[in-house]
Amino acid sequence: MKTMRIDRRSFLKVSALGGGGALLTLYVKPVAAQFGPQAPPVPSNYIKIAADGTVTLIAKNPDLGQGVKTMLPMLIAEELDADWKRVKVEQADFDDTKYAGQIAGGSTATPTNWVPMRQVGAAGRAMLITAAAQTWNVPESEISTDSGKVLHKASNRTLDYGQLASKLDSIKPPALNTLKLKDPSEYKIIGHSQPGRDVHDIVTGKPIFAIDMMRPGMLYASFEKCGVFGGKVASANLDEIKKMPGVRDAFVIERPDITAAVLPGDPGLENGIAIVADTWWQAQTARKKLQVTWNEGPRASQSSVEHARKADEMSKQAPQRTLRSDGDAEGAIKGAAKIVEGAYSYPHISHAPLEPQNCTAEYKDGKCEIWTNSQIPGSGRRLAADALGIQQSDVTIHMIHGGGGFGRRLTNDYVVEAAYISKKVGAPVKLLWSREDDMQHDYYRPGAFQYLKAGLDSSGKIAGWRNHFISYGDGEMFASAAAMGPTEFPQRFIPNYLLVTSVQPLGIRSGSLRAPSSNAFAFVIQSFIDELAHAAGKDPVAFRMELLSTPPPPAPAAPPNGRGGRGGFGAPGMNADRMKGVLQLVAEKSGWGKKTFPKGTAQGVAFHYSHQGYFAEVAEVKVESGNKVKVNKVWVAADIGHTIINPAFAENLSQGAVIDGMSELMDQEITIDKGRVVQSNYHQHKLVRMVQAPPEIEVHWLKSNNNPTGLGEPALPPILPAIANAIFSASGTRVRSLPISKSGFSWA
Amino acid sequence: MAYKLNVNGRSTTVDVAADTPLLWVLRDVLNLKGTKYGCGIGQCRACTVHLNGNAVPSCQTPISAAANKNITTLEGLSPDGTHPVQVAWQEMDVPQCGYCQAGQMMSAAALLAKHSRPSDKDIDTAMNGNLCRCGTYLRIRQAIHRAAEITNSASAHAVQTASVEK
Repeated sequence: MKTMRIDRRSFLKVSALGGGGALLTLYVKPVAAQFGPQAPPVPSNYIKIAADGTVTLIAKNPDLGQGVKTMLPMLIAEELDADWKRVKVEQADFDDTKYAGQIAGGSTATPTNWVPMRQVGAAGRAMLITAAAQTWNVPESEISTDSGKVLHKASNRTLDYGQLASKLDSIKPPALNTLKLKDPSEYKIIGHSQPGRDVHDIVTGKPIFAIDMMRPGMLYASFEKCGVFGGKVASANLDEIKKMPGVRDAFVIERPDITAAVLPGDPGLENGIAIVADTWWQAQTARKKLQVTWNEGPRASQSSVEHARKADEMSKQAPQRTLRSDGDAEGAIKGAAKIVEGAYSYPHISHAPLEPQNCTAEYKDGKCEIWTNSQIPGSGRRLAADALGIQQSDVTIHMIHGGGGFGRRLTNDYVVEAAYISKKVGAPVKLLWSREDDMQHDYYRPGAFQYLKAGLDSSGKIAGWRNHFISYGDGEMFASAAAMGPTEFPQRFIPNYLLVTSVQPLGIRSGSLRAPSSNAFAFVIQSFIDELAHAAGKDPVAFRMELLSTPPPPAPAAPPNGRGGRGGFGAPGMNADRMKGVLQLVAEKSGWGKKTFPKGTAQGVAFHYSHQGYFAEVAEVKVESGNKVKVNKVWVAADIGHTIINPAFAENLSQGAVIDGMSELMDQEITIDKGRVVQSNYHQHKLVRMVQAPPEIEVHWLKSNNNPTGLGEPALPPILPAIANAIFSASGTRVRSLPISKSGFSWA
Repeated sequence: MAYKLNVNGRSTTVDVAADTPLLWVLRDVLNLKGTKYGCGIGQCRACTVHLNGNAVPSCQTPISAAANKNITTLEGLSPDGTHPVQVAWQEMDVPQCGYCQAGQMMSAAALLAKHSRPSDKDIDTAMNGNLCRCGTYLRIRQAIHRAAEITNSASAHAVQTASVEK
């Protein structure tokens, strides 16, 4: 085994594998781990080269449909100059002694891995060249590589990587910072569309999803919770349930009370009744016969109606806190030539990934093995270890392909439940939530109310901006994912900017949903900016260009690579020129201002910066009589750096983000009555269907001179206001409240 | 109670309660995991299978209604991904998370068995029961057109389709 220390952060190691293969290991001190505790320097195993030339690359991150299982190995393979057709991809288990940043959140996988994954590939290639040079006794400078082969053109000799694998063990790994990475013009894999590595398994129905996991002797569990968070079982007919066909056990789980005004981000195990049976259908059938008297507790009195009433009341009172005050917003508005006001609101919504929450766990002899699609398995391991009373090192987590995540699986309640139930019954257990469980026990995107007021000066420029952001929280603490940051756009671009806030308690769980906060803020801010453009008598694109051209004070430092996960990551670090670039591009591609439409058809525009991504979108919308809405076409323009790693998939993901945003705009709402979530399934929390989706969604990349950043999240936020703004232009109706179905709109 | 089933051309007998949905028999008794559970109320159609050639939500099909009928699941289109719908899905790289795609493909295969050259409108109508949470609808539509092309090219694939869809 040879190692090479590169700096204090990282070093490389190579070791022999059985059968003449080699394993290349990169030890990297992880970049600041946003979602978990700082880990010490860790080894990361990424490349295996077998004697037959098969190159196995490790995909270290959880994949729930965002494409990282294909994308991350592409980065390694490119610089390794591997033959992609002979590359096998292996999904890593969760292991923080080997890998850093094993999360799916914040669109972080691209920015955090762009450099290190390519470096590890380049190091492998450099070592193969050294091995070939020694074998042939020629200078390394005469050697090149080509898709899994090392070439010496002068003597017309070739060796397959596999033929050199057994020699790598004796070669000193190069220092990462001495490696020359390829110029993008040389890319053969990166920037070329590569089909998803799981697609064949998906189309042939292979059991690759978490819900498909099986263990010998496995039982199935269903878990009934009180509709009111924290509600406890006062009594239940468990004796009767235990006698039902197939039922092995039924028991109450009781946890200490949580009395806070807002709930913790991931409380782990919760109160309820577990039913364990030979099949899930038997468990569910028994569950239907459950007769439970709940002690619902104080949260049973909350309702969405009351939350809205309270928000309206707070909007008329002095705000509780000031989050940001630049200049004199109140004074500027008072003295403005024109004042525009808008009361905006949006509801709680559910993630509802199509694969319901489930987890398979096997507790045995003080150790627990877990198969899960968690987006943040490290937290799952910690919470499971806590609930089981064992060490984290005694919990093994297998990261299994997820049927969507969208942020729901950033919380690990279902993982903890499965582990706990397995220990209790002494058998491997697959816990599966019903769709109703999922929709009624989510960590909802929290709703909020935003009372906006702005003044335009005589030239139609925004002189002052005031936002009273009424959210959920307790004192200075916001509920999870319910905060607005002090630098949210258009802060910096308006001299007199005031952001004030008031909060009220929230007795349901809240959390991050795809493009957290941005998914709602973009709707509010870009709709209100549209109102201002119309009030100023200016073209909405030109008005935005002017706003972005207002010389802003220096931007706060850009977040380090990898930041941008939960919470308000709007304006900090936003580069106005990059945003102007995508706005210009989307205007060109959509023919903005150059087309004439029949009455009732119009275009709307919006942009939003989040997760380091710049997106501007135009929607062409027809509003028919009866407020029937048809989105004819959408144009997306994006700047996420100089390289689109996997273009066809990136287009798919962006189109999906548009359609996802349309669902949020039109139909999705979670309401609370008597402390319980009212909606239970997709018929009440609707997704856009094929016939409602725009027949065309064009995606255009503006390739700027910046390293690639993430895509899954920032593509979504602008579509909501782009459509809402188009609806205004097409129909004259300004919708300020989501979902717009409540204002009488529906899909055509 | 015992029910005789014909799944993907094979006869088998299962012993389950009469109200057990076909979905759970396929998944948990016969261990055919390709068919997915998404909503349990026929809203998402991730559980779509063919019952005598018709696309039906298996979560809404009690086993008593499936007995003695020909049931085809995704695994039955072809085990190796060579059915035109499977080929097209791979060519177009349709899936994101992939969870709904079994249902999408079964609806598409049933459509193509009846309309060899479906229009966009035919596709919208046939596919409107199937939800995709990731929003891959544009790719799905393209893939159905592509699958029709493959089917109509009178290749060996077409023969295979006929044998599966009979």
